[in-house]
Amino acid sequence: MSTTATHDDHHHAPPSGFGRWLFSTNHKDIGTMYLIFSLVMLFLGGGMAMLIRAELYFPGLQFLEPDLFNNMVTTHALIMVFGVVMPAAAGMANWMIPLQIGAPDMALPRLNNLSFWLLPAAATLLILSIIVPFFGGGAPVNTGWTLYPPLSVQAGMGMDLLIFTLHVLGISSILAAINIVTTILNMRAPGLTMMKLPLFVWAWLFTAILLIMIMPALAGGVTMLLFDRHFGTSFFDAAGGGDPVLFQHLFWFFGHPEVYVLLLPSIGVLGIIVPTFARKPLFGYKSLVWGMGVLLLLGMVVWAHHQYTIGMSVAATNYFMIGTILISIPVGLMLFNFMFTMWRGAMTFETPMLFAIAIIMMFSFAGTTGVMLAVVPADLQYHDTYFVVAHFHYALIPGALFGLYAGVFFWLPKWTGHMYNETLGKIFFWWTTIGFNLTFFPQHFSGLAGMPRRIVDYSVQFVEFNQISSIGAFIFGLSHLLFVYIIIQTVRGGPKAGDMPWEGAQIGTPGLEWTLSSPPPFHSFETPPTVK
Amino acid sequence: MSESDQNPSQDQTDTATTRKTNNKRTVLTLALVTVLMFGFAFAMVPLYRLVCSVAGWNSISTNSAEALAAVKTTTSDTEGTVENAARDIKVQFDATINGNVAWEFKPNVRSVTVKPGEKTTISYYVKNHSDKTVVTQSIPGITPWQATKHFKKIECFCFETQTLKAGEAVDMKLQFVVDTDLPDDISTITLSYTIMDTNRTESLKPDKSNLPSVGSL
Ligand code: HEM
Ligand SMILES: [Cu+2]
Repeated sequence: MSTTATHDDHHHAPPSGFGRWLFSTNHKDIGTMYLIFSLVMLFLGGGMAMLIRAELYFPGLQFLEPDLFNNMVTTHALIMVFGVVMPAAAGMANWMIPLQIGAPDMALPRLNNLSFWLLPAAATLLILSIIVPFFGGGAPVNTGWTLYPPLSVQAGMGMDLLIFTLHVLGISSILAAINIVTTILNMRAPGLTMMKLPLFVWAWLFTAILLIMIMPALAGGVTMLLFDRHFGTSFFDAAGGGDPVLFQHLFWFFGHPEVYVLLLPSIGVLGIIVPTFARKPLFGYKSLVWGMGVLLLLGMVVWAHHQYTIGMSVAATNYFMIGTILISIPVGLMLFNFMFTMWRGAMTFETPMLFAIAIIMMFSFAGTTGVMLAVVPADLQYHDTYFVVAHFHYALIPGALFGLYAGVFFWLPKWTGHMYNETLGKIFFWWTTIGFNLTFFPQHFSGLAGMPRRIVDYSVQFVEFNQISSIGAFIFGLSHLLFVYIIIQTVRGGPKAGDMPWEGAQIGTPGLEWTLSSPPPFHSFETPPTVK
Repeated sequence: MSESDQNPSQDQTDTATTRKTNNKRTVLTLALVTVLMFGFAFAMVPLYRLVCSVAGWNSISTNSAEALAAVKTTTSDTEGTVENAARDIKVQFDATINGNVAWEFKPNVRSVTVKPGEKTTISYYVKNHSDKTVVTQSIPGITPWQATKHFKKIECFCFETQTLKAGEAVDMKLQFVVDTDLPDDISTITLSYTIMDTNRTESLKPDKSNLPSVGSL
């Protein structure tokens, strides 16, 4: 193991106190802040999910007003998408991309500081949007995360705060994305060509490009919403010659590619974990890179599969259906590549690998229900039922969240210098996976039986499915206390992790992080390493 | 990705300066993309309207008087296999009030049976129960949507806004004809109007007391 790039920097010790974090331009510190932020948000959004599931344990109204229930559904989704998955993925990008490509820091360190500190501001606005209705701010935002008008035009002040939240979040992620693309294109160590990059770096390159393409469209859409609400325009108001369906197009033009923004970083993590624990180079590295590129392009032009029921022409519907079904080709390719990587590998089953295998299985399931939803005549039945809820939770929890968990377990030794407790890690894996499946599997059935989503009450024939779901949700939610415990325990101590704690980490197209100590020095790669 | 061919033998100060200039170029390019995509969102507004009007979807003016020049009303030029004179088309009427306003809005007949090419007149009733003068606009929608371009409105209250004084009630006229090219498999057309307040900032102020309570469902 080479340690050439590690050097003791007496004059470069991290500044102490709160200023270290507030004014930080250090990619590792900023990465840590992103990760902590998203962990806090995970509990906030998770708490809302617990409320939702508690309310749905019985039909009829228990303790949430219908509007408040719908507000919980709305804010839960927005927090999970924008407050948990995106910041966690960005935190991992901050930590790992410079280390993997041998750069001293991100290309634009000060911009990096801004990208992060916009997030707590956005979170504050978001929380205010929940609170203002209790203090005379009009009706709560009860639209669901899609914010469709006309309902979103009628909501109270909370809606304005939510629009500003999205503006701030949008700016934050665009800045982060610009920074990441610039870093990957220009800051690689000499000799590290694009086709030698670890898959995680590639995945983030595509993610960031996607973000730059779609976040401005969302910003534009919600800006129009704001204008319709307050400045008498009629972008979406039919009475003034506008069309509410236009908002749906703008939203989904952002919204569909957004699911790949959530998915791809985790695919990148898997692309590193699977070869490591199978001790075989990634099968079809090039095809994976191309596959992600195709996914990006196709993903930009299939958005209206969320809108089959708006009355598009048959030609348009067909186009969106075929495009959507085509997407399962690159998605399937990724999964097959991972499976072939494991084929006849010398596999071991540490926590990150357990997650990776489970992700591949559960995510395939989401792909299958996705193709069912892509088929127009079927979707007219499934649309806006719990079947869709089940589909995207199977896509997003394994496809995005568990991928990030796997990444946390995989890199925690590198970040902290300590090994986590493997037994607890495995317990957490089984606990959370079982809880997740118990929560969302029954929702396929209640959805197929016709239970609509985003409604506080339901008909009695769905009671059993909902009770299983709710019990699963509490199990799933509780498991995260163990997750936090493991993280804190690892940060505070534990067996020393070597520079390369995973035996197989050097196989295939590894990152340069393993050439550094664990934890890496505060400043790393000040002299670029050379890659042969 | 033209940068993939960086020269590994560059020395370090060189690396730092090339990185700086490269970074600047990349950032500017990406910033430009960001601005363009923001503009694209707003370009969608006229583009969308254009697409809709070319395709004949959901706009107030579609099927207005000028479109009538092209209406086929003679029963002889039928293209389908079914003889138009022998077809009975059921046209149903539906009414919705948008937002929380104290109005009444309903069709005076629930449905009529017509033959393709036959002019028909019906009316909708609207009453303003509020104590303010309101300006309303009705927005049509047709189900199945495939019938939209065959459903021609000759005269319609939806072509313009209606002003209703406090307490005023009117019958609003609609004259239409279903053209003879209506696909054979359509035998029922539902015409649905949503009436809206053009001054929505007033009427859409949420007022919980107007909402049905969930318990009563
Ligand atoms: C084979 C790939 C996939 C196909 C064919 C597919 C198809 C679809 C379709 C047709 C819908 C609309 C259902 C409806 O509302 O009636 C949908 C919803 C959704 N999908 Fe997928 N999907 C796929 C993969 C994914 C992935 C990878 C993710 C995220 C990681 C994802 C996340 C979502 C989300 C969040 C929604 C619901 C959005 C909402 O209405 O709130 N899907 N999918
Ligand atoms: Cu989609």
